[in-house]
Amino acid sequence: MRIIITILLLAFASTVCAIDRGSEFSDPELEARFQKLNDEFRCLVCQNQTLADSNAGLAADLRDQVKRLLEEGKSDPEISAYMVARYGDFVLYKPPVKSTTWLLWIGPFLLLSIAFFALFSAIRRQAQLPDADSPDEDTTP
Amino acid sequence: MWRYFLPLLVLALLVFTAWAGLYRDPRLVPSPLVGRQAPEFSLPTLKDSAATFSSEQFIGQVSVVNVWGSWCVGCRVEHEALMRFSILTDVPIYGINYKDEKGNAFNWLEQLGDPYVLSGYDYDGLVSIDWGVYGAPETFVIDKRGVIRYKKVGPITNELIQNTLLPLLEILNAEQP
Repeated sequence: MRIIITILLLAFASTVCAIDRGSEFSDPELEARFQKLNDEFRCLVCQNQTLADSNAGLAADLRDQVKRLLEEGKSDPEISAYMVARYGDFVLYKPPVKSTTWLLWIGPFLLLSIAFFALFSAIRRQAQLPDADSPDEDTTP
Repeated sequence: MWRYFLPLLVLALLVFTAWAGLYRDPRLVPSPLVGRQAPEFSLPTLKDSAATFSSEQFIGQVSVVNVWGSWCVGCRVEHEALMRFSILTDVPIYGINYKDEKGNAFNWLEQLGDPYVLSGYDYDGLVSIDWGVYGAPETFVIDKRGVIRYKKVGPITNELIQNTLLPLLEILNAEQP
């Protein structure tokens, strides 16, 4: 039991490594946009983290850039365009739908419909099979 | 027949996808900058803060830009190849010294050799952000009109110089400005 508790505690210990998300703006609306934008961009050094989550030097610099652009009064799409112009669509956690990404977007639904199709045809086939428990199939003497 | 064959086929497809994925570098991000005009910038040079290195210097000649820092392990790996590259080609190799302390950068060039005609000093890394730099070393090839034609993220090797960079420089040198 003690071991299990220790393992559980260790499993959740990673959350204490989260970076300090101190408030950057006195204006709560700007602050909200700042946090939202930082959650939308990928840190390119540690690719499975957002800008907001990452402690990498580049992520800190890019957060500063986002802050500076917000202060200059840039809109959210303008700031996204700024990032994409430099790092490509890859910087967006939510890539735009276009010819190179359509498989990414519809792929899961495609797989799901194939799975449903397979499931239903299997059920139908099962239903058409003679019932194993029916008396006419019963060959026991 | 199908009910035995289909799962095998799906498995084979899955194995192939995973296997092919092993040989792809997930750190390789396609740069939107290739094919575009090099970003406009102006930096003080590393050795003389009164002199500048700017995007205007690209016009009229083929250039190579290498982003480096004395703290960067990959830069140390590629340095020997870069030195050799600077001897093999007449094309100027410009450096962008990225987020470095000047003293360390000077020591580096003194100890390992200086392949650059000059290095711009990008202390806060803002110019490098405009270049879409995310992992030094990065190497760019720029044509006579100032358009980025090639980008390499990570250390350059003798093979890359021989098979890719030198042939590309030859093609770009033959282009009309």
